[in-house]
Amino acid sequence: MITHLPILIVLPLMTMAFVVTLAGLVRPRTAFPLTILAVAASAAASVRSLMVVAGGGELRYALGGWQPPVGIEYVVDGVSAFVATVVSVVALLVLVGTRRMARREMGRRMGPFYGTVLMMLTGLLGIVVTGDLFNLFVFLEISSLATYGLIFMGGRQAMIASFRYLIVGTAAGALYMLGVGYLYFSTGTLNMADMASRLPAMIDSPMVLAGAALIFAGLGVKMALVPLHWWLPDSYNFAPSSVTTLIAPISTKVAAYAMLRMFLSVFPEGYLRDATPVATLLVALGLAGALLGGAAAMAQTDLRRILAYSSISQMGFIATGIGLASPLAATAALFHVMAHSVMKAALFLAASGVGYRTSQFNIDRMAGLARVMPLTMLAFTLGAISMVGVPPTAGFFSKLYLAQAGIELGLWPVAVVVLLSGLFTLAYMVRILERVYLRDLPGEIGETNYSGAVENTSATSVRKATDMPADTLVPTLILAFGTIVLGLLNVPIVTLMLGPGVGQ
Amino acid sequence: MNLFPGALPLLAIAIPMAATVPILVCGRRPNLRESWSLLASIATAGTVLAMLPGTLSGQIAESRLFELIPGVAIAFRADPAGMLFALLASGLWIPTTIYSIGYMRTLDEGRQTRYYAAFALSLSSALGVALAANLITFVLFYELLTLATYPLVTHHEDDTSVRAGRRYLIYTLSAGLALIAASAWLLSLGIDGTFVAGGFLQELSGRTGILWGLFLLMACGVGVKAAVMPLHSWLPSAMVAPTPVSALLHAVAVVKAGAFGFVRVMGFVFGPALLAEMGAAQGVAVFAAVTLMLGSIIALRMDRLKQRLAYSTISHLSYIVLGTAILAPAAWVGALLHMVAHGVTKITLFFCAGAIHANAHKDNVSQLDGIGRQMPYTMTAFALASLGMAGLPPFMMFASKWYLGSGAVAANMNPILAVYILSGILNAAYLFPIVFRAFAKPPVPDPDGHEIGEASPWMVAPLMVTGVLALALGVFPDLGFGFLELATQVAASVMEATP
Repeated sequence: MITHLPILIVLPLMTMAFVVTLAGLVRPRTAFPLTILAVAASAAASVRSLMVVAGGGELRYALGGWQPPVGIEYVVDGVSAFVATVVSVVALLVLVGTRRMARREMGRRMGPFYGTVLMMLTGLLGIVVTGDLFNLFVFLEISSLATYGLIFMGGRQAMIASFRYLIVGTAAGALYMLGVGYLYFSTGTLNMADMASRLPAMIDSPMVLAGAALIFAGLGVKMALVPLHWWLPDSYNFAPSSVTTLIAPISTKVAAYAMLRMFLSVFPEGYLRDATPVATLLVALGLAGALLGGAAAMAQTDLRRILAYSSISQMGFIATGIGLASPLAATAALFHVMAHSVMKAALFLAASGVGYRTSQFNIDRMAGLARVMPLTMLAFTLGAISMVGVPPTAGFFSKLYLAQAGIELGLWPVAVVVLLSGLFTLAYMVRILERVYLRDLPGEIGETNYSGAVENTSATSVRKATDMPADTLVPTLILAFGTIVLGLLNVPIVTLMLGPGVGQ
Repeated sequence: MNLFPGALPLLAIAIPMAATVPILVCGRRPNLRESWSLLASIATAGTVLAMLPGTLSGQIAESRLFELIPGVAIAFRADPAGMLFALLASGLWIPTTIYSIGYMRTLDEGRQTRYYAAFALSLSSALGVALAANLITFVLFYELLTLATYPLVTHHEDDTSVRAGRRYLIYTLSAGLALIAASAWLLSLGIDGTFVAGGFLQELSGRTGILWGLFLLMACGVGVKAAVMPLHSWLPSAMVAPTPVSALLHAVAVVKAGAFGFVRVMGFVFGPALLAEMGAAQGVAVFAAVTLMLGSIIALRMDRLKQRLAYSTISHLSYIVLGTAILAPAAWVGALLHMVAHGVTKITLFFCAGAIHANAHKDNVSQLDGIGRQMPYTMTAFALASLGMAGLPPFMMFASKWYLGSGAVAANMNPILAVYILSGILNAAYLFPIVFRAFAKPPVPDPDGHEIGEASPWMVAPLMVTGVLALALGVFPDLGFGFLELATQVAASVMEATP
């Protein structure tokens, strides 16, 4: 059983993707439970493999019995088991939490919708567990194609956003593919471990350099690194909220994982930092993204758009952590992958709950919302506090470790930007929270209007809003309180799960 | 009595934190809710008091939780300095709770459930700051204190309080960032940041750049909450909060967390030896002395009573900061005693201001003609506290100022003595006229014909108690709480560690 764990993370999703699509065509109501079943199975396999590899050690699985380097190999070490657990558990909670939104938005298309969701998760988790560079490309494309389709379901504007993402994403995939090609022609292998053993001999080859640069560019787009980020806000904004809530917490994080994988297991240690500008670029663009994303978020009035720009900002931290290329920085980046995924899922779930109840996302029309949706807003507040990076939430520790890593390397600007960007986050979160908590509901006595003219219909829908039912609220609150629990428990996570994988 | 000495510091922090739950649950039954608040305040003060004998006799209670960062655990330690602050904050929480009941009900304020819950959480964080055994734990509760007091500052939910809240968050969270940066820096140097009397940074002796960097970060971090100019402007605007909040949090718990932060940074992080080597203490002394004088002068010009008291607070916090910067034992005793003296005295003044606001709806000094005849008990307490603030014997503030002054002389810093004396005169100048107006001038007849009488006993009793306490603590500085003994122990432990 344990030897098969790596494939068991992906297999249930891939199989069920077809089953759900077909079953959903006949009976749309079966799609949801089958999907949950598949994701739960995958999450169980991820958690189990995390328990096996925690503290050091790894699981290797040769697909179809073809031994590497010829065959495709799946490798689960502390890092990939950790990311797989984060992705699958967050996806599970989000899927439960968005059931009502999906039912409203998808109607009878439940089968295709959940089938595509499972396809996307197959791709994402495949990227995490694979130990093969070409196989990674395949999974990257699977997840991307599924994501385009999901965003596409959001109507006219979403189609344009999706099409734009498709063009950029395809180009990114091609760049990555080209990079892998260069490496393949230099080394004659596609297996990561095998390539890692062959690359040191040809470290001066311009082919390797070109390969590294192309892979960096391709994955940079996927992880929404500034200035390759512009596909993201529209996609998150116009996609159905059940889709945004699912892809925002996990998909960019998996691209970041793939980038980190190149540092950890493909290129020789220090190569990307010393021989190529890749690491420096990651740090510089990451810091720029942290600031620009935060600044852009401040200028928005649409809740989902604020959260989308905040994603760009938070991805900047992860990129910085990867680029610093020290064990502590990699730990910080991975911890932030988890922290951001959990808090962003809580925030987006709360936001889509607001959208479900009030049919709009304009923060100017959310005055007094905490009075009618107190628990939803509690979840949102906890997510926001974690995003700002207040101890003891998870968001605090990733920033602390990242700042510490920057100082250890003598890179002061890193520590300064990482800490100051918390103030940016504070600025755009306080704008929301002030309206939600400290302003009166529209039409109450002593009314104070932020936006001036509030349409009657939306005013009524805000006044009549209530918390979502328990089946939506519970996952949201689990994720929200999870930010605190994971923050308090960061030491075992950092030392047992991440430490051995990043070479600490 | 001390069956589980190791659990007491944790308990002192956990009780008020846990009390938020029954307070929130009983939101619809005000009497029950307030009973929980009162019960929590008494239990907390009792727990803190239970640790006192151990601390005085050197059997210091410690609690250690799990590791928060590899190598650094959440840890609490009831050392003399922490005990002093914890006793002050938890002790004054009891009268403040009683006062809150009177104040909030007289004014029929809304959102009282949130108010009492946030109050309990603030107290819990203040105690966490007091009893923190290392820098990381300190920062954790320092930040929690900011968040817990935000709903109290914005309690009225109008434009002014929203703006004040925004400013409050930006100032205090930036300060928190400075402390976090310092912590990250220490971690990267492999220092875990456990507070040690006399400082733990001796190994960095000679590395001036690092020391100064750390010092600036930490001084700015605690300087915001201690309202050292130019980092003070959040405090006057935070006076939009209900008066009990201004009384306990913005005269005692929050701002004293900043002043107490200076005690920790100067005495337990850097230590007198390093500070003397760096020459950093003089820098702090200059800022503190300027703040001390300017605060008093601005207070003179303020007509709004709460604003006047706020600037007076700014000035008095710098008494403490300045005391820690004079690296002499007597000045340290004075600084720590001044924390207590100012806490007890200033809370009385704020209580009086709140009683006047609630009952007479007057907020400006110029409106207070003859109020002493209408509210005799309140204004008697106000007069007592004013005499105390001016530093007249036998009030407690006389004792603390005496120690501060003699510390300045001992350290050969006579200009500072002059600053203390001059500021004492200014204290009298901005408070005595209020007393004079209140008692000597005839009352102005109310335009609406309302008869102004004494405030509710729920308000008058606490303010009388704290007013008398300001006097009693001057006559008997220990009064069963061992304030002088604690202060002496702190000063001795910090100064003796000097090689």
